[in-house]
Order: sequence, then structure tokens, then C-alpha cells
Amino acid sequence: MFIYDFSELTSKIHAGIAGSFGEGLLTTTIEMTIVGIVFITFFAVLGLFLVYMERKVCAFFQCRLGPNRVGPWGLLQTIADFIKLLMKELITIKSADQFLFNVAPFIVIIATMLAMGAIPFAKGLHALDFDIGILYVMATSSLGVLGILLAGWSSNNKYSLIGAMRSGAQIVSYELSVGLSLMTIVVLAGTMQFSQIIAGQETAWFIFRGHIPAFIAFCIFMVASTAETNRGPFDLAEAESELTAGFHTEYSGIKFALFFLSEFMNMFVVASIASTVFFGGWMPLHIPGLGGFNHVMDFFPPIVWFFGKTFTIIFLMMWFKWTFPRLRIDQLLTLEWKFLLPINLVNILIMALCVLNHWYF
Amino acid sequence: MTNEALKDFIVTCAPGATFTESKQMVVAIIPQNDFFTLVKKLKESATTAFDFLVSLTGVDFNPSLGVVYHLESSELKHIVCLKTSTDDRINPILDSITSLYPAAELQEREVFDLFGVRFNNHPDMRRLFLDDEWVGYPLRKDYVDTVNIIDLIK
Amino acid sequence: MVDADITEKKDTVEEYLINMGPQHPSTHGVLRLVVNLRGEIVKDLKPHCGYIHRGIEKMAERNTYTQIIHLTDRLDYLSAHMNNEAVCLLVEGALEVEVPERAKYIRTIISELSRLASHQLWWCVMGMDLGALTTFFYGLRDREHILDIFEENCGGRLIQSYNCPGGVMYDIKPTFQQKVKECLAYFKTKLPEYEDLLSGNVIFQQRTKNTGLITKEEAIAYGMTGPSGRGSGFSCDVRKKNPYSAYDKVTFNEILRTEGDSLARYKVRMDEMRESMSIIEQLIDNIPEGDFAAKMKPIIKLPVGEYYQRVEACRGEFGVYVESRGEKNPYRIKFRSPNFANLSALDYMSRGEKIADLVAIMSSLDLVIPDIDR
Repeated sequence: MFIYDFSELTSKIHAGIAGSFGEGLLTTTIEMTIVGIVFITFFAVLGLFLVYMERKVCAFFQCRLGPNRVGPWGLLQTIADFIKLLMKELITIKSADQFLFNVAPFIVIIATMLAMGAIPFAKGLHALDFDIGILYVMATSSLGVLGILLAGWSSNNKYSLIGAMRSGAQIVSYELSVGLSLMTIVVLAGTMQFSQIIAGQETAWFIFRGHIPAFIAFCIFMVASTAETNRGPFDLAEAESELTAGFHTEYSGIKFALFFLSEFMNMFVVASIASTVFFGGWMPLHIPGLGGFNHVMDFFPPIVWFFGKTFTIIFLMMWFKWTFPRLRIDQLLTLEWKFLLPINLVNILIMALCVLNHWYF
Repeated sequence: MTNEALKDFIVTCAPGATFTESKQMVVAIIPQNDFFTLVKKLKESATTAFDFLVSLTGVDFNPSLGVVYHLESSELKHIVCLKTSTDDRINPILDSITSLYPAAELQEREVFDLFGVRFNNHPDMRRLFLDDEWVGYPLRKDYVDTVNIIDLIK
Repeated sequence: MVDADITEKKDTVEEYLINMGPQHPSTHGVLRLVVNLRGEIVKDLKPHCGYIHRGIEKMAERNTYTQIIHLTDRLDYLSAHMNNEAVCLLVEGALEVEVPERAKYIRTIISELSRLASHQLWWCVMGMDLGALTTFFYGLRDREHILDIFEENCGGRLIQSYNCPGGVMYDIKPTFQQKVKECLAYFKTKLPEYEDLLSGNVIFQQRTKNTGLITKEEAIAYGMTGPSGRGSGFSCDVRKKNPYSAYDKVTFNEILRTEGDSLARYKVRMDEMRESMSIIEQLIDNIPEGDFAAKMKPIIKLPVGEYYQRVEACRGEFGVYVESRGEKNPYRIKFRSPNFANLSALDYMSRGEKIADLVAIMSSLDLVIPDIDR
């Protein structure tokens, strides 16, 4: 199967740098700097594009056009917004805890970027390939809740505090469901390492191979991860109609932009995990037995497959947000603890049974 | 209940009541002392059963200050208009009917705000629309405000 | 309008006061609510009104009756036509003027179109308050058809000032009937969409069921009329009790529900939209020929006495009380505003509910603040 392996490219770059500077700390530092710069650039560009996509998708759902004046089809709209946010005054609040207030947005961004590091964009194109990849991603994405709680607390504002407390309870609860639904696939795949999981989907994607339990796990994962990212029907932490922006009420200018961007990047991280674990990541669609079909599918570059799947799932999450009303905090927590968690546990048992008895494709 | 029967009922409860002519409904002017007991009887008696306070209006009758109440019964479908007033313009006080009709709470605050009439037994007697520091009662006929009101008839 | 010291008392250390201030996305106007919260539960609620108090009743004491009509537009601006109609009916009743049939039919049709437009706006804002932001655009898009009809015939989209004592100001345009029928046909296809989007949504039902409960006796005691009162079973429709204009010539149901929660009030309004459409359909083809207004004297003086006229505005019973001393200005005029009575019940309804429910309750009450403050 002809799929370009990016590890050839990365090892050539490594050899080049090591040749000039020798193996050791300096080479590692230079490589990490390059990776960091690439990620930050990617982060920024993707963030801008996702904001544009959200505005256009939302507009089409609401029977209107969305941004279409700045640039062709409004593509430069987000850049214009970003420049505006950069130029805005950063309002400092005297009674707020200055250090925590300033640090909070950065914690959220750092958590997202750490999580993004483990995701494979194509064969060999990832920053880290731990053998506990899934566990690592779940651990780092849960750091984001710290940023939200700090933002709400340090703003010295009752509304922000209510929003932050709600969000804290919500994220901590739904992490369980996210973790358990991913564990279902780990049971099927037999490994937590991302590259192995994708390699295991060469014959067919896990959502087809795992039939019913994998499908249930996917549905639960979608609901729980929408709640994790404070999106869609679970966005009461920043419910505009009730608390006028919730935990980020007091932020202005670039700090607000960081919160805003991190929400979209979290959505991207969650969607890419879903596409990796359930839909094969960069692996093209293969149907066992149809060799010719598989060969045709291989012609599309893996990066196109990866981004295609991820953006489809992002579109699904945006669809949720613009259709449903918001859940109340107690209904949200009831949903998690009384419904999703028991279903999840039963689902893992079913998956374990299927794996032991070889009842999968 | 017919208008005549209603008038008889009112006179039995409040002997000092007088009536004015009106085509729409019974309009009774009740002295201040009997007012609360009359309204209580109108509400609680099964033959009248006035449970719906339609409207509570403050009026500056010049020279007295008073309040006009429109009461209706949701079951028996009759409507009555009661008026009561006080001659004291410096410190006008009337009885509150908030304990009978919770709807009256905000309405009586409005009457206090615009006319200055205080109500006994009101749970929260303070101004409603205007600032707490506002001086004067705007809807009175002798209210003068050279800044905000332009007097066209000069 | 600075209330420097808040006089509300707190019982324990765990309670705190929050200000849903005059500028807030969901108070639908400038209303300040000081909410005493314990965690997320509302213990107590005090409304502070007066941010848009314009002294309309005092102004009206210096205006003639025709001028007062233009002031009533600005009370509950979404039922502007019905407010105008109340004053006109009062004047016509006092002077015993016979309004031509044609004018009655036109007034009723425009009233019901106003009711439809107002309920559409309420629906789209209720969805938005609860988080379904798309409903805002759908409701406004469909409301434009009605506003276009108003603009063509009455001259104004939101406030029409189309009534005058004796009838209406000018005759309807020749395309009026056809446009109204088209608008109704269009909206009939959209109403099932609205039901699918919000009424059938399980999240929405969970948010509104059993919140903001008020029994029928309490609703009557607080003076809640209109769809909010009918959601608790209080039969208060003025169109049925004291029919005016052309309401005695049409058959329609008074929608009553007994549950008394936000969902009941929601459903009452949705059904009222259907009833409004049915009333318009019964009237639109049968508008009689004739004058569109009776001849009135140029200066209107009401005989000495007092008068009370009530109409069914979109949010409840709108009443006008006039005491006249024979002049061309009223001696005292008072507008009985439905939103004022509904607001007084908000405290009772929201005790023990959460903040999110408070927003849902306020949307289901459909408050318009200029009507409260006058």
C-alpha cells in the first residue's frame, strides 16, 4: 500500500541538524523549537479557519449569508477580527487577582496544545508517539478546567464565579464518560498507542469492526466531548442569555481572543481524537475483500482523509450548537451520572465479551 | 348579582357609602374608615366573590387625594368600582389591601410614588418609578417642576 | 437612577445578591432584578422599575384624546394597535358614536395580525433565551411578512397609529386581502416547523416543565391575565367576556390550560397563534363595504363622568380608565397595564427555582418593560 511515511522526512531533518550540531541537548532543543513554531502557526491558522467556518455554518443554518465582504467569500474576516482584538485596550481590573487573572487564558491554551501534540496527522506526522497515547491526551485536555476555574475566581465577579463553578462541575463529570468510551475502543484495539490504533484499522475502521458497542461508544463520546468543550447544548458556562459571558466576562482584547480560540481548538482536538479512534484517522476507507476499491481510496493523500473526517465531525458539533436549547446544570449532571455512566459501563462489558469471543470483524 | 343588589350589599357593609351615576358599572364612594372591611367582605362573601383586582388608580380629586379600585369576580362575572379618599394633603394615609390582593403591592407603591398617599400595613412602602431622593409627587395637580415640564398654557 | 444602598436583607452568609441589571440580554427591556440567591436557587426577587418611566399619564392630562392615541402606541409597542383601539372605543362609547362595520372588521383583522406578530416575536426570543439561537432568525424572518402588510396599509411597521375615534384613519389598500391571505398561507407551513424545533424538543420540555408554577387562585390574586393567566386556568379573555369590534361575529376558542408552568404558558401562546389565524380567515373575505370612519367633531369632549374600557392586548387585559370633567383633556387617565400585574407575580413564581429557570419563566411571561413603567 503506497502511503508516504513522514518518518523518512523527520529522520532526514534530524540527521541534518545532528550533522551540524552533534547529538545532544542542542539538537533536541532546536528540534523542539521547530516543532513548537510549526504547532503555534498551525494552531493560529486553524483557529482562524475554524472561526470562519463556524460563522458561515451558523449563518447558513439561520437562513442568512454570514461574512462575505472582507475578502473573497469573507475568508479574511477572521484576520480582520484578530487585528481588531489585538488593538483593543486590555482592561485591568483593580480588585481582580492580577497574577491568576493573567495566567488563566494561557493555561487553557497550553492544555490544548499539549493534547494536540499526540495526534497523528498522517503516517509518521506527529510530535509524540507515546505508548499510552490515549491516556496522555485525556490527561492533558483535563488541565483546561484549571484555566476556566482560575478565570472565574480571579475576576472577582459573581457572574464569572457562577459560570466557572458550573463549568468545573461539568468538565470533571464528563471526563469520565469520555475516558470510558475511549476505553471501549482500547479494549477492541488492544493498545493505547495512536499509531498502533490506526494501523489496526487498516482492514476497516473500528466503528464498523466493533459494530454495536463501538457505535454506542461513539455516540457517548460525541455527547460527552461536546460537554467537555463547553459547546453546543452544554454551554451554560458562558450562557449569553443568562450570565452575559460567564467566566470570561471580564476579559477583553487578546486574552478574550485566547479563550475564544482555545474553545475552537479544543473542538478540533476532540474531533480529531474521535476520527482517529473511531474512523481510522489518516487511514483511507477500506472494505475488506474489495482490493480494487481499496487501491482507489489509497490515492487520496492521508492528510486529506484526516482533515476530511475531522471537519465532518466538527460540522456535526456545530450543528448541535445551533439547533438545540441549552441544558440546565442539574439536568446536565443528571444526564452524565444517571444515564451516560451506566450505559458506558455496560457497553465496556459488552465490548469485552465481543473481543473475548471474537465476535467482531 | 345585579347592580341594585350590589348597591344594597355595599350599603349594608359601609353605611356611609354614596353612589354616582355610571352606565357601565356600580360606582361607590366609600368613607375611609369602612373601606378595608367592605373590601374584605366583598372578597370573602360567596354572593359577591370579588377575587380579581383589575385596576388600582390614584386620583387627585382636588382637594382630596384618593384611590379608585376596580374589582371583578372571576366566577360571577360582575364588576364594581370603589372610590375612597382622604382630605389630608400633607400626610395622606389610606388602608392597604395587599393582604387581600397581592396584586395591590406594586400598584400601591406606584400611587405612593406619584401621589404621596401612604398605605397602612403595606409590606414595602417606598417609591417605585422615581428615585428615592425625588422631592414631590408628580401626578398631583399642584405639582410644579419648571425644569422638566414645559407649561404651554401661559 | 442610582440605588446606592440595596435595602434587601440577607438571611445567612451563604446567600448573595446578584443584579440582573437594566442591561441584560434576557430581561427584554430595561428591568432591574435584584435576585437573592443561595447557590443557584432563587430565594427572593425584587424588581426595580422606572428606567423607562416617561410620565405618559401626566402627559396625557394635557393632550386631547386624539393625541393620547399616539401616546398609547408607545406603551406595549407590540400590541400598539390594540392599545389605540382601547382609547378609541372608550371615546366612542362615551359619546355613543356608532362605528361603521367596515371599520370594526378592519380593526379586528389588524389586531389579530398584531397578536400574531407579537407572538412570533415572543417565540423567537424564548428560543434564544433558552439557548436555541437559530429560532430568533426564523421568527423574525416570518414576522417580516406581517410587518410589510402593516407598512403598506397603516404606515408603520411596529407602531401604527391607525385608529382614530370613529374608525380608522384611511381605508385599506386594494391588495390588503390578498396579501393577508398569502401571509397566512405562508405561516401555516411554518408553524409546524416551529413546533418541531422547540415544542417537540426534549431539552426544551425539560427546561420548562414544572418551573414557574402558579395556581389559578394565585394567578387571579396577582391579577395575571392574558396567556400567562390562561396557562393557569384563569378564564380572562376580554374578547369573550366583553366582546368589542367584530369579535362577536367570529367563533374562536379560548385556550385554557391547567398546569400553570412555563410549558403551559408556551403552549397557550402557540395555540393562540392558530386561533388568531382562524379569526382572520373568518373575517378577511367578508369585510363589508361602507365608510371606514364615522364623522366626529374636530374637538372631542367627553361628558362628565368616568369610563373604563378594556381590550385583550397580546399580553393580557389592557384597560383605560378616564375621569372626565367635560374638558377636551381628560382629568385623569390611567392605563391598566397587563405586564405590570404579570411582573408582580414573578417573585412568587420564581422562589425555589434556579437562575436558568428564572430566565425561562421571564420569557414565558413575555414582559414588555415600557408597559410596566409607562
